[in-house]
Amino acid sequence: MTLAVETTTLKAQLRLAEGWFTACDVHALLPGRGAAVLLPDGRQVALFRDRAGRLYAIDNRDPFTGAAVLSRGLTGTHEGRPYVASPLLKQRFDLASGECLDDETVRVTAYEVRAA
Amino acid sequence: MTSHTRAPGAAPTIVLVGHGMVGQRFLEALAERGLTATHRVVVLCEEPRPAYDRVALTSYFSGRTAEDLSMTDMEFIDAHGIELYVGDPADVVDRAAKTVTARSGRVFAYDTLVLATGSYPFVPPVPNKDADGCFVYRTIDDLLAIEEYAKGARTGAVVGGGLLGLEAAGALKGLGLDTHIVEFAPRLMPVQVDDGGGAALLRTIEGMGLSVHTGVGTQEIVTGAAGAVSGMTLSDGSELGVDMVVFSAGVRPRDQLARDCGLAVGERGGISVDERCRTVTDPHVFAIGECALAADGRVYGLVAPGYEQAETAAAAIAADEGEQLAFTGADLSTKLKLLGVDVASFGDAHGTTEGCLDVVYADSRAGLYKKLVVGRDGTLLGGVLVGDAEAYGTLRALTGSVPPVSPESLVLPAGADSGDGLGPAALPDEAVVCSCNNVTKGAIRGAVTEHRCTTVPEVKKCTKAGTTCGSCVKVLGQLVDAELEASGVEVDKGLCGCFAQTREELYEIVLSLRITSYQDLLDRYGREGARGGEGCETCKPAVASVIASLAPVIGASGYVLDGEQAALQDTNDHHLANLQKNGSYSVVPRIPGGEIAPEKLIVIGEIARDFGLYTKITGGQRIDMFGARAEQLPLIWARLVDAGFESGHAYGKALRTVKSCVGSTWCRYGVQDSVRMAIDLELRYRGLRSPHKLKSAVSGCARECAEAQSKDFGVIATANGWNLYVGGNGGATPRHADLLAQDLSDAELVRLIDRFLMFYIRTADRLERTSVWLERIPGGLDHVRDVVVHDSLGICDELEALMRAHVAGYRDEWAETVNDPEKLTRFVSFVNAPDTPDPVVAFVPERDQIKPDLPLLAIGRRPAADVLEGSTPR
Ligand code: SRM
Ligand SMILES: Cc1cc2nc3c(=O)[nH]c(=O)nc-3n(C[C@H](O)[C@H](O)[C@H](O)COP(=O)(O)OP(=O)(O)OC[C@H]3O[C@@H](n4cnc5c(N)ncnc54)[C@H](O)[C@@H]3O)c2cc1C
Ligand code: SF4
Ligand code: FES
Repeated sequence: MTLAVETTTLKAQLRLAEGWFTACDVHALLPGRGAAVLLPDGRQVALFRDRAGRLYAIDNRDPFTGAAVLSRGLTGTHEGRPYVASPLLKQRFDLASGECLDDETVRVTAYEVRAA
Repeated sequence: MTSHTRAPGAAPTIVLVGHGMVGQRFLEALAERGLTATHRVVVLCEEPRPAYDRVALTSYFSGRTAEDLSMTDMEFIDAHGIELYVGDPADVVDRAAKTVTARSGRVFAYDTLVLATGSYPFVPPVPNKDADGCFVYRTIDDLLAIEEYAKGARTGAVVGGGLLGLEAAGALKGLGLDTHIVEFAPRLMPVQVDDGGGAALLRTIEGMGLSVHTGVGTQEIVTGAAGAVSGMTLSDGSELGVDMVVFSAGVRPRDQLARDCGLAVGERGGISVDERCRTVTDPHVFAIGECALAADGRVYGLVAPGYEQAETAAAAIAADEGEQLAFTGADLSTKLKLLGVDVASFGDAHGTTEGCLDVVYADSRAGLYKKLVVGRDGTLLGGVLVGDAEAYGTLRALTGSVPPVSPESLVLPAGADSGDGLGPAALPDEAVVCSCNNVTKGAIRGAVTEHRCTTVPEVKKCTKAGTTCGSCVKVLGQLVDAELEASGVEVDKGLCGCFAQTREELYEIVLSLRITSYQDLLDRYGREGARGGEGCETCKPAVASVIASLAPVIGASGYVLDGEQAALQDTNDHHLANLQKNGSYSVVPRIPGGEIAPEKLIVIGEIARDFGLYTKITGGQRIDMFGARAEQLPLIWARLVDAGFESGHAYGKALRTVKSCVGSTWCRYGVQDSVRMAIDLELRYRGLRSPHKLKSAVSGCARECAEAQSKDFGVIATANGWNLYVGGNGGATPRHADLLAQDLSDAELVRLIDRFLMFYIRTADRLERTSVWLERIPGGLDHVRDVVVHDSLGICDELEALMRAHVAGYRDEWAETVNDPEKLTRFVSFVNAPDTPDPVVAFVPERDQIKPDLPLLAIGRRPAADVLEGSTPR
């Protein structure tokens, strides 16, 4: 799910059942922030780039509120795990696994992502 | 008439006459010793309300209500089964029958009677002393009457220039009256200060606009046609034209009840008691507080000795349990609680001890006078401080011991001597730090080490220290910190898991090293494991806010979406709008002071209609438009900016609104133009990023229609200018604001607010509203006043310069954003489909407008933390 990127002319791609889906230019992502991606089937993905250039992707929908907003949260690291905190009620989600760090019974889908 | 004779075998009865400050403390002392469980306790309270904080009486005029002053927790009374009869004084005591008859006719049989009837104000026997317009200053009812009468008065006089007289004079001045003080002695506060101190005090008091007449007595109150006060004749033959007179010429013990039942009283009054506070006449009767003549032959007019007597009496009543306390005399230290005047005296202030020496420092230009009285062996015996009572807490506690540094260094201004003052760490354990409640340094240390208190509020609760006059709170804070450090309690005051520094420390680092990048700060000053990492959602916005507050002086961009800063902002700041529950945003244009012309109202209406937004008037006197999608924000704002609107920063930890009332322009009561002032203030501080949101309001008169006293900084018009209140809060934990300064001109007001805000921004914690900050910082309001009014830290020039830089550097961030195509690319729902709206954002109609159509959820809404934005970080 993670990959270091050397240049910014690359595309961020998500692995879907049908193959790699091109989301956007890697440089369109602000380090430390996310962006929402619309998939062909209507699902939404929150795509992040950290300050080292690594990419992450999880489902954009906040399972606690139903709003599609996880891409707009603030990111951080907790015990070495990268996460995003929902901008609505502040639960944190592991960017690599999609697990909710504040409620182990909750998890969102994590996507494999690469820069190519 | 009911008669309560005790049935055989029933619990023994304690009857307390007088429910004042000392009476209430006595009840607490009974409860602490378990006596309320074994005894029936009856309290006769003459005043129409149970015990309240008489020491803080004057603060009624700076906004504290009668309820705020109350010291009586009804839960306490109920929980301990205390029978409290409010408004029912004791009329007759029959010592032979051991009964008390109350005014209502109730009769109570007692085993133990405790008299705590306090004092009455002494009114000199001058002609017409009871005329309409003559008052005393002792009870809440007195204050209510003074306040009412002052509405129709222009000039007032206070007879008596002692501690209370000056407080009363300050109150009259605050009510807008031209105020005179008439003092028989040759100087003000004759009991507390010496001639040198009196001279410095006189300059300060006159500088506040009060007229002082010393060395003259009051000969007669002159009355007008209707029999009301119209003036007074003084002993030097002169006449003062005044509309009202407040007598504050000392107090006398209320011992009539005791006299009537044959208890011995002193020559000059006061019920004679022994060292256990038992009356010398009758072992079943005690007297405590201001009505008692103590075993050392004195009647104490202060609350601290009264509290000690309350404890002593309770211990004597509990004597079976072996406890013995004795009251053998008390300290007479006092500090004047008058706005803008620092006067304190402690110990042997007049140097009456055999062979003592004086150390005096005086600077008449600065209104400073400090004297220490030192014994031959170097023991600190007492002193007088005028103009700067900063060291009062420490000096008072050191009294009776030989200070570890030279006496000179204790009075010289900071920096004049290398001695570097003297911290409370140097105090011995027996030193009494809180003299109101007789709490020693040892007890405070014990609260930290044994009772695990880690904050000043906890220590206050645990020891009662600092709960009365408040003058010891600063020292308290220093002691708690020192003790925590010494006992190795690791208090991690760090901002979060990434930074070991507090927000205040980070502010200083950013300012002095001119750091403009969060990553730079994290990599250099972060905790070891956090360096080079991503940071977290706590420190990112906090550091972004510090950088934004300091932007003009450290050379950062003041624009919050620039470069790296964009990544640090909370989602609201990142979108310059407030995220709503369904993922849409609300839009709040600034409407300074709540004033808006019809044309602009129409623009808002048109925009809301065209974009299908829900509109509502906010609690902040402006209009909110809800339901905008991310990609609509720039389009909406392009039209708003075009029509002359600016960002309202409803999304930022920044100035929100300055509310106003219509004020003197329209209102028949208004005394100043509150709308203009509100607009000026809102425009001055707009865009200022701060540790938490900032709110303000300006009212045109004391009726306070703008609710300024619930604001971070609130302004209320007076006949002479403006009163400035700070530290108010609505929300979850409401707090009335405190009066910081009175009768300010426009320029003085703005200068003080500039300093106050910048001092707050500099020293507050993340998400700490001014109300919480004011309660937390050592020294509280007094310290803040010292810093921003008296410039005690010498930083006011710097604070003002920071604010000037902010004002000069302000730009509307929405105007900037709509003109920056690069920034606009971020306002989309999808990075790969910029024209597609988020399908989750949907609406249904309600009351002719829209509301979110919320998706059904598999799990409930459970906030992770920070339910209130201001709650403690994880
Ligand atoms: C819109 C508004 C309610 C309304 O429809 O009237 C509102 C809405 C919110 N308030 Fe408020 N408050 C609004 C006036 C107030 C007021 C009244 C006032 O300002 O005079 C208060 C009490 C005064 C005070 O703050 O002392 C108020 C006390 C709070 C608090 C409690 C603060 C506290 O110190 O306890 C919060 C939570 C917080 O900040 O931690 C809060 C938080 C919020 C938040 C930001 C909650 C959130 O995170 O979503 C709401 C979002 C605003 C939005 O989406 O635009 N709001 N809120 C009002 C906007 C005023 C404006 O024009 O800017
Ligand atoms: C404006 C002001 C400022 C002050 N500032 C300070 C200060 O800074 N520091 C300080 O140490 N002290 C200060 N004092 C003094 C302090 O308030 C008193 O020392 C303290 O209140 C004494 O407590 P007490 O209970 O003995 O008397 P009080 O508080 O006066 O209470 C006595 C109560 O007994 C009631 N009573 C009287 N007779 C009867 C009866 N027959 N039956 C029933 N009830 C009766 C009275 O109505 C009264 O409510 C100040 C006082 C005033 C007025
Ligand atoms: S505060 Fe005073 S001036 Fe303002 S509207 Fe109310 S009554 Fe009028
Ligand atoms: S000295 Fe008055 S409260 Fe402590």
